[in-house]
Amino acid sequence: MITQPASIDLTGDPKRRSRERTIRSIFLVAGLMSVAISALIIVSLAGEAWRFVSQVDVGSLWTLGWFPRRGFYDIPTLLIATLVIAGTGMLVAVPLGLGAASYLSEYATPRNRRWMKPALEILAGIPSVVLGFWALTFISPQVVQRFFSSAKPFTMLAAGLGVGVLVTPLVATVSEDAMRAVPRSLREASYGLGANKASTVRTVVFPAAISGIAASLILAVSRAIGETMIVFMAAGAVGGALRTFNPLEPGQTMTAAIASLATGTDQVAGEGLAFQSLFFVGLLLFVLTLALNVLSNRIVRRFREKYE
Amino acid sequence: MADRIGTTVDSVDHTRPETLEDASPSLAATRSPRVTGGTPSDEHAVILELSDVNAYYGDFHAVDSVSLPIREKEVTAFIGPSGCGKSTVIRSINRMNDLIPTARIEGAITYHGVDLYAPGVDPVEVRRRIGMVFQKPNPFPKSIYDNVAFGPKISKYSGDMDELVERSLTRAALWDEVKDKLSDSAYALSGGQQQRLCIARAIATSPDVLLMDEPASALDPIATLRIEELMYELKQEYTIVIVTHNMQQAARVSDRTAFFSVDVKEGQRTGRLVEFADTATIFTNPQHDETEDYITGRFG
Repeated sequence: MITQPASIDLTGDPKRRSRERTIRSIFLVAGLMSVAISALIIVSLAGEAWRFVSQVDVGSLWTLGWFPRRGFYDIPTLLIATLVIAGTGMLVAVPLGLGAASYLSEYATPRNRRWMKPALEILAGIPSVVLGFWALTFISPQVVQRFFSSAKPFTMLAAGLGVGVLVTPLVATVSEDAMRAVPRSLREASYGLGANKASTVRTVVFPAAISGIAASLILAVSRAIGETMIVFMAAGAVGGALRTFNPLEPGQTMTAAIASLATGTDQVAGEGLAFQSLFFVGLLLFVLTLALNVLSNRIVRRFREKYE
Repeated sequence: MADRIGTTVDSVDHTRPETLEDASPSLAATRSPRVTGGTPSDEHAVILELSDVNAYYGDFHAVDSVSLPIREKEVTAFIGPSGCGKSTVIRSINRMNDLIPTARIEGAITYHGVDLYAPGVDPVEVRRRIGMVFQKPNPFPKSIYDNVAFGPKISKYSGDMDELVERSLTRAALWDEVKDKLSDSAYALSGGQQQRLCIARAIATSPDVLLMDEPASALDPIATLRIEELMYELKQEYTIVIVTHNMQQAARVSDRTAFFSVDVKEGQRTGRLVEFADTATIFTNPQHDETEDYITGRFG
């Protein structure tokens, strides 16, 4: 015979509840930490950058080139070199990456896909210092100088091609994931209406996957702008650079300028405003990539063909 | 049961009441579907002929030796339990199974006398003439207008696109509901409207055969009824093949019915055609016990 207790105790185990509270606060700290670090970076960048802006001679921001040791802080030199190299890289990565993504997602037999996708992912994992060295020892003499015999060993073109090789797998793998995520029913609808593969990819799969594809391109552009090692090694102009649009000339990107100042390859650390200019360029880089992200988010939201 | 088959197999007039009663009193009593599908005459020409069609997915034998004729301007229904291969068969008619890498068809499917699987036949060309409507409405994530214009655009239609879109939507009984919002996303429509949009999209390419793979199974009863009414309209102009789980639907809309069943053998489930006849016969006087069991709900 079972007797009913007068009242039921539902308070549970207090130890378990306190354990859950502890776990929750550990995760909260981890979450807050990343926010705090970002804020810290911005604050330290902004402080030194402000010191640069407030003390620099405005005239020295618009000169023939970027020679911080001599007090020439021509920002356009760095911006142009950054855009030329990132642009060259994207000229390589967009057709190659999207082509590879289309092949893997729509054309490849499962057998080919099984080995090609991991191969691409391995390429994505090659350290950029290796690619930089390769750009210097292979792309520059074997590609750039073969087509342009007058080209110097260090050129923005060689660095740009190296950056293109670096970001191609990024474009390919992220775009491929987005394209494969497009439901099969949409492809069937297209084939059922007598569309061939090429027009199905172009008019159905691409538009439906556009947000993922755009995301891959943004990631690639951000990566290309932020890439340091390849440009540092292959674009030359470590000490400074003249302002030029010509990809067959050496050039210095924002990242390479920061790297050379910070590592002291041109022995300026702590001297004059050269050291502070590093923070200013860093802040500029940060603003540029942030703006790029915001802009692309808008574009994606505008053109997305949302399924489901 | 053998004697029953013997008494009815040669009978031409399947609707003769005394035959029906004599043959199967239990069937007459339990028969639930309302049969409105007629007893079609044979005046319609055969447009598609399946001869000894076998379907495989890799080593898996999915469909065993199906032969049947499909006549133009009729509705031919494929019914049967899950896994009986009816979807595989309908998808082999416009070479949709080509999209599955391991799928393979043996036998012949002739369309106007041409073997659809002969070398040199372009599946893209086949699908422009033999359109398809799928189980789940699958409009493109584009505007209503662009959905209908999709097929004509890719086949480089040179006429008046606006007029074609309106005509197709009208035929699919959707024009009045969408004429003021053609540039809205197709996803804003209800499920039933989306399916009618898919039908409009399929007829915009002016096929002469429409394959419908369970077109109403994802819809509510009212939307289903509209699709069925639409099929009745459409068969004046098109040849329709429909796969359905719903026996009442087959009884209501089709002129001829093919009943498929599935054999389980060494762990393989292979579908086969049990019986093919005009719909009235299948539902009132089937020749096989399996068919009778299935349509009276005694299956499995």
